[in-house]
Amino acid sequence: MIEVQHLTKTYGSVTAVDDISFRVEPGEIVGLLGPNGAGKTTTMRVLTGYIPATEGKALIAGFDVFEQPIDAKQRTGYLPETPPLYPEMTVREYLTFVARIKGVSRVDRERRVEASMERTRVDDRADSHCGKLSKGYRQRVGLAQAILHNPDVLILDEPTAGLDPKQIIETRELIKSLAGDHTIILSTHILPEVSQTCERVVIIHRGRVVAEGTPDDLTARLRSTETISLQIDTSGADPTSALMAIDGVTGVRLNSDLASVVGAEVETVQGRDLRRDLAHTVVTNGWGLLELRSIRMSLEDIFLHLTTEEDVAAHNDAANLIKTTSETADA
Amino acid sequence: MRNILAIARKEVMSYFASPIAYVIIGLFALLFGYFYSAILAFFLRQSLQVGQFGFSGPTTVNINQDMIRPLMLNATVVILFVLPMVTMRSYSEEKRSGTIELLLTSPLSGLQIILGKFAGAMALYSMMLAVTLVHISILFVYGDPEWMPIATSYLGLLLLGGCFVSVGLLISSMTKNQVVSGMATFAVFLMLWVINWLADSTGPTTQEVLTYLSITEHFDDFSRGVLDTKHVVYYLSFIAFGLFLTAKAVDSERWKG
Repeated sequence: MIEVQHLTKTYGSVTAVDDISFRVEPGEIVGLLGPNGAGKTTTMRVLTGYIPATEGKALIAGFDVFEQPIDAKQRTGYLPETPPLYPEMTVREYLTFVARIKGVSRVDRERRVEASMERTRVDDRADSHCGKLSKGYRQRVGLAQAILHNPDVLILDEPTAGLDPKQIIETRELIKSLAGDHTIILSTHILPEVSQTCERVVIIHRGRVVAEGTPDDLTARLRSTETISLQIDTSGADPTSALMAIDGVTGVRLNSDLASVVGAEVETVQGRDLRRDLAHTVVTNGWGLLELRSIRMSLEDIFLHLTTEEDVAAHNDAANLIKTTSETADA
Repeated sequence: MRNILAIARKEVMSYFASPIAYVIIGLFALLFGYFYSAILAFFLRQSLQVGQFGFSGPTTVNINQDMIRPLMLNATVVILFVLPMVTMRSYSEEKRSGTIELLLTSPLSGLQIILGKFAGAMALYSMMLAVTLVHISILFVYGDPEWMPIATSYLGLLLLGGCFVSVGLLISSMTKNQVVSGMATFAVFLMLWVINWLADSTGPTTQEVLTYLSITEHFDDFSRGVLDTKHVVYYLSFIAFGLFLTAKAVDSERWKG
C-alpha cells in the first residue's frame, strides 16, 4: 500500500533522509521510530507529496507521489506535526472546507464531516473556533481532518505529541480502531507508543533505516546476550568472582553496595539457560538466594541500543580522554 | 473549478472572520467618501463659475471629465495603500501556521490554490469597489453622467487591482513574515507606479519601455472611457505573469523544504 524506494532527501549540504526503503502492507500499522531529527518528518512529508524527494520514489496505493500527485493525495490522509487548523473557523466550518478540497462530493459532505467528528470525539465542540480549542482537541480535529475523505492511507506525524496521559491513551485506541480500514504509518519518538499501537516498527536514525521488524522481533534480535537479575544475601562477601567462574557468564554488574543483600545483573551468552547453574553456585557458597529472574530487554533498551550506540562510544572516548589528561596532569 | 471556488470561499471567509475585511472596506469607504466630497465641492464651484460667466470662456465642465475621472485617479492611490494589506497574509499566514501543509497535501494542483487565493482577494477588492457605486449612483440622481466611462473606469480599477494582487501573492509566497510581505509588496507597487518618472531623462528606447511598464500609464485611457485592447492585454498578461511566478515560487519553496 505504501512503498518507499531508495528515498533520499537533501537540504543543501544536509542529508535528512539517506536511501530509505520500506513497505507497508494494506491494513498494517507501522511505526516510524527515531529520535528528533532522525528524518521521520521528512520521510512523511515526501510520502504526502508536500516536499519532493531528491532521489528515489514513494508510492501510495501504486501511485507515484511525484508523478501522479493528485491520485496519491486523494488516497492519503495526513496529520502534520502541528495540526493545520484555521483559528478563525469553527470545527464544522473547517472540516467542511477540508471536505471540499479533498473532493468529497456535496451529497456526502455533511455526513462525512459528522462521522469524522464523532469518530474523533470532537462533536461536542463542533461550533467552537479552532483557535480556542485545547491541545488535545486540536490534535483530534487534525485527526478528523485526516480521516475525513476516508483515505486508504493515513500518515500521522507524532499524533500523541503534547497530549496528556489520558488523551494519549484515547488517541492510541482511536488509531488502533482505524487500522484495518486504513493503512497507517505513524511517527514517534516515544517507545511504548510503538509497542502498544504498531504491528511493525521501522527505526530510523540519522536518515537511515537501522532496524525493521515487529516489536517482538526486534526484542528477540537484541537478545544475543541475555540478562538474569539476582538478589542474594552474601553477608558482605563479593559474589563477582564466583559468578564469573560459571561457564557461559560473560559479565556481572552489581547494582547495590556489599551490604547483606546484593543485587546483581548477570549477562550470559544467548540460548543457554544458566539459571540452574547460578542457583547452584549461590547455594554451594552458602549464600541466600532471594530472587532470580530473566530480564527481557524492553523496546526502550533496543532503542537506546540502536540509536545511541555511536554516541555512547563517543562519550566513552571523551571520558577516556579526560581521564588520560588528568592522569598526565597528576604525573 | 470547484477546488478554486473552495479556496476562494475560504479566503473570503477568513477575511470576514477577522477584522481585516471590515477595517479595509470601512476605511476605504471613508477615504473615498472624503475624496468624493472634496472633488464634488470643487466641481460645484467650477460649474457655478462657468454658469455665471456663461459661454464667454473656453471652459466647459463635464461631470465625467472633471468629477469622476479625478475621483477614480484618487481611488487608485488609496488602492495602492490598501491592497498590500489584503494580500500580505495570504501565503505568509498559511506558512506560519502550517496550514500550507494541508493545502499542499490535498488533492489540489498548485495552480488551483493560487487561482483560489487570487479569486478570494479579488472578491474582497470587488466588495470594496462596490461601496463606491453608492457615491456614483448619487451623481446619477442629481446629474447626468455618461455611464460608459464609468464602466471602463471600474474595469480599469479591477484590472489594476488584479495586477497588484498577483504581485502581492507572489511576494507573500516568498516569506513567512507578514510585515516583510506587506512592506515589500507596497514598495513594488509604488515602484510600478512611478517607474515612468525616469522615462524623460533616458534614451528613446528605455523611455518607451519604462512608460509601457508603468502601471498607471495604462489606467489613463480607462478613466477617460477609452477601452483599448493594448491596455487590457497589458494588465491581463501582467496578472498571468505574476500568478505564474507565484506558482514557481511556491514550488521552489517546496524543493528547498
